[in-house]
Amino acid sequence: MIKAWLKIFSVLLLLLFFSNISLGEEKQIIADTSEHKLEEKKKFDVGEFIFDHILDHYGWHIITYNHKHISIPLPVILYSNNQGWISFWSSKIDHGHVYKGFKIDLEGKNKGKIIEINQDGVFLEKPFDISITKNVLAILISSTILLFVFVSVAKTYKQRVDMPPKGLQSFLEPVILFVRDDIAKSSINEKNYEKFTPFLLTIFFFILLNNLMGLVPFFPGGANVTGNITVTLVLALFTFVITTINGNKGYWKHIFNAPGVPWWLKVPLPLIPFIELAGLLTKPFVLMIRLFANISAGHIIVLGFFSLIFIFGNINAYAGFGASPVSILFTIFMSILELLVSFIQAYVFTFLSALYFGMAVEEHH
Amino acid sequence: MELIKPDIGLLIWMMVSFGMVTFLLVKYAWKPILKALKERENTIEKRLLAAKKAKDELAKIEFGNEKITALAKIERENMLKEAKEIKNSIIEEARTEAKIEARKIIEEAKKGVEKEKADAINEIKNQISELSIIIAQKILKHELEHKENQKHLINKLIDDIDLN
Repeated sequence: MIKAWLKIFSVLLLLLFFSNISLGEEKQIIADTSEHKLEEKKKFDVGEFIFDHILDHYGWHIITYNHKHISIPLPVILYSNNQGWISFWSSKIDHGHVYKGFKIDLEGKNKGKIIEINQDGVFLEKPFDISITKNVLAILISSTILLFVFVSVAKTYKQRVDMPPKGLQSFLEPVILFVRDDIAKSSINEKNYEKFTPFLLTIFFFILLNNLMGLVPFFPGGANVTGNITVTLVLALFTFVITTINGNKGYWKHIFNAPGVPWWLKVPLPLIPFIELAGLLTKPFVLMIRLFANISAGHIIVLGFFSLIFIFGNINAYAGFGASPVSILFTIFMSILELLVSFIQAYVFTFLSALYFGMAVEEHH
Repeated sequence: MELIKPDIGLLIWMMVSFGMVTFLLVKYAWKPILKALKERENTIEKRLLAAKKAKDELAKIEFGNEKITALAKIERENMLKEAKEIKNSIIEEARTEAKIEARKIIEEAKKGVEKEKADAINEIKNQISELSIIIAQKILKHELEHKENQKHLINKLIDDIDLN
């Protein structure tokens, strides 16, 4: 049974591979013709489809029905040298429209970003852009959920002093205790762990909630927050800053003058200190990359499986129907895997952060 | 490339919102929750210890009770034993006393009987002596009524007397 599925899967992958190439070729040919727009709508580009889903957007696309795009417009906030601060709804610049000289660049270095052009369509500059994008809104929504849930849980704790947990409280308490006891307490020494537990709880639940919301394919989920490098960058930056601020004497000594290392590795060429300093930066860097890559990769694979339907559908409508059960099965499998990964990655990020904090406050004898 | 290029706008928003979420959650959620959890754990620990202590205490008291019970048992046994002894001694005493009394009574009775007997004997003796006197008188009267008899008697008496 499994073997049969594997066979079907490999055949499908092969087909996908070839179809992709042929699609690419076709596109090039079509690009030269005048019916470019009409043809392109019909063709399905897997790469574009996937990246369209995992990248940030100015509006929140809900559904496309009968070639009509229904999306939630979000505020675009820009500062350009020519026009100063300017703000408008993202619906104004949808589908290549130009509004007050601003438009979303379709290709090149600034692909997907808003650029300013003059009346002749010549690129002027890339404005300073702090728009409320899809990811920003998703972050705000998840933050609101987190605040609402945990503040209300905290209230329950205050009301039910010395009583067993109830409702949402009893659902979340094991997780809170898990973070406190198995992540914070096990990595950081007894004297200091309480100081870091609140932050660890915040990143754990923030990452977990955003991972899970990223799996939900419709609003308010569907934004690829934790699979966005900027988001993971900020998370890792917080961990890095907290680690650096809390580093004690022993921590810095281990970096600049590691005990037990031969002197000629430190003077005249400070090889070990250099490596240690690099390690200082690679730790948060790895945190950033790991979360981003895991979540993005999961989404890419799920979307890839989904794309099979449309790829086959492009070849032949029946082939599309035939491919759909397989595609759906694989998508379900991957979604469950991603569900697991959501928890694992939230745990790993939090646990590694706790380890770094533990190293920073470790007491050397 | 867009995938791995950090976006400054998102960076700023993420910094601000995540910073605020962290601050608010730490202040209004985690601290009270962790505090409540710790307090509850402390309370539970305290109560468990108290329960253990109470159990020990109870065991001690129970042990004390047992001791008291055992002592009471011994006491009771002792008391029973003593009571038995007292009972036995009383019975014994009563018996001996009764024996003595009985003996006394018997002796007294014997004495009475003896006295009666003596009295009766004396009486009989007196009566006998009286009777003998009367008889002797009657006999003497009868014997000495006739002269010959007197002579005869005197002669006999004289004969009886040995003159040597």
